[in-house]
Amino acid sequence: MVCIRFLKALQSVLDSRITVLYETHKGLGARFVDFAGWRMPVLYSGVVEEHMAVREACGIFDVSHMGEIEVSGPGAEAAVQYIASNDIERIVDGQCQYTLVCNDTGGVIDDTIVYRRSADNFLFCTNAINTDSVFCWLLEKLHGREGVEVIDRSGEYAQIAIQGPASLDIFKIAFGIDTEEIRPFRFIETTVAGSLAIVSKTGYTGEQGLEIYLAPASAPAAWDALMAAGAGHGIKPIGLGARDTLRLEMGYPLYGYEITEEFGPIEAGLKRFVALEKGGFIGQKAMVERAEGAPKSVLVGLRMEGSGVPRTGYELFSGDKAAGNVTSGTHSPALKYGVAMAYVAPEFKEPGTRLNMQIRKRSVECTVVAIPFYRREKK
Amino acid sequence: MEFPEDLKYSKEHEWVRLEGDTAVIGITDYAQDSLGDVVYVELPAEGDAVTRGETFGVVESVKAVSDLYSPVSGSVVEMNDAVVDGPEAINEDPYTEAWMLKIELDNIEELEELLSADEYQQFIEEEK
Repeated sequence: MVCIRFLKALQSVLDSRITVLYETHKGLGARFVDFAGWRMPVLYSGVVEEHMAVREACGIFDVSHMGEIEVSGPGAEAAVQYIASNDIERIVDGQCQYTLVCNDTGGVIDDTIVYRRSADNFLFCTNAINTDSVFCWLLEKLHGREGVEVIDRSGEYAQIAIQGPASLDIFKIAFGIDTEEIRPFRFIETTVAGSLAIVSKTGYTGEQGLEIYLAPASAPAAWDALMAAGAGHGIKPIGLGARDTLRLEMGYPLYGYEITEEFGPIEAGLKRFVALEKGGFIGQKAMVERAEGAPKSVLVGLRMEGSGVPRTGYELFSGDKAAGNVTSGTHSPALKYGVAMAYVAPEFKEPGTRLNMQIRKRSVECTVVAIPFYRREKK
Repeated sequence: MEFPEDLKYSKEHEWVRLEGDTAVIGITDYAQDSLGDVVYVELPAEGDAVTRGETFGVVESVKAVSDLYSPVSGSVVEMNDAVVDGPEAINEDPYTEAWMLKIELDNIEELEELLSADEYQQFIEEEK
């Protein structure tokens, strides 16, 4: 395993991988960035324009860099229950669940969505940067178990997300499939652009929408069909830039920033995705201890009161006293002020608490606020 | 992208327009396009000194923070408050509305070291 991990790390340093939609993005005038070993579009028309398209109409994302790891066999459900923090027994076939794969100390190896396709077939959707780690971790931790097979299926799936108020209509125009009745965190298996596909009511933007897992060979045709169907509905391709501002407005954690091998679900406010009471699972003891003890840091939302854009690593103060650090921040395109997530000492966690953020040589006031920052207006 | 003929350009993507003894400076169309949506600008105050090749401020887009490098040396005689209050002007009109500083030059000959519009365009082609 060490060997595979090393070779893949070496490969990603030598040349970033591209997705099957790379030429499509080039044709759309994308600018690219190297992200987690992949050459991905960071923007097409501009972060703010793309962001608002998702909030007001529809955005289409290539998320083929994300990984898919299958756990199958008669022992699969028990294996998933042992590996992941959430209670897999709470979901049925055709349902998926946000869950964390934790290490023995209660830190996070990855946050994932796990799809229950049947009692003996589960699919983990992983962050691109963690696909190899999760795969190696599963092989190691499930080694010797009867009736469980772990397969990295990442090469067999491209992934396209469409998000925004018009996304379901556009999907229906493109493929004739009505997804209105699919509830959040449910999925169907159907045919999209000639490929067997998983279509799930999930996303990373706070808007309604779908994530489509399909064969790489069919992805360009599916993308083009969605773009054509959405032409009259304001569809825009969305890069990683707006993907980040969208998730930040919702206060969704991003691996490597809000959740790490050190800061786990207890600190990150993700306790509802940890079934502490279920049967034994990796990291359970550590997380029970973390949950019962007094945390050193708590994740909070911050709204900037003065001008300035909060960024990762900026320091927070209460008077002269160090209060914590920003994990991610941006200028919110929808709200038009700076928003950030930060780890602060528990005494500063209450909404309404005033803190100062050191931005270069300036000290700028900010306020602890509840997450999400952005709430969709009810229809 | 536009690069007016009457301006001088630096390799750090600032432009200079000479008005009498005063240099007006800002960032180029290429710079604003690379930055994306500008949401914040930090500029020196009137009376502050700026030095050619050194940072005089910061511009932030939604996605990144970038330093501003002065194309000339001198002292700031006027700072554009409007661009601090409405930094989106940098994307919309980088050469006119979004001027940043007016600078009393220490040495007018410094301007000769800057690039013409053609030279600058060639420079960014090579940089791509």
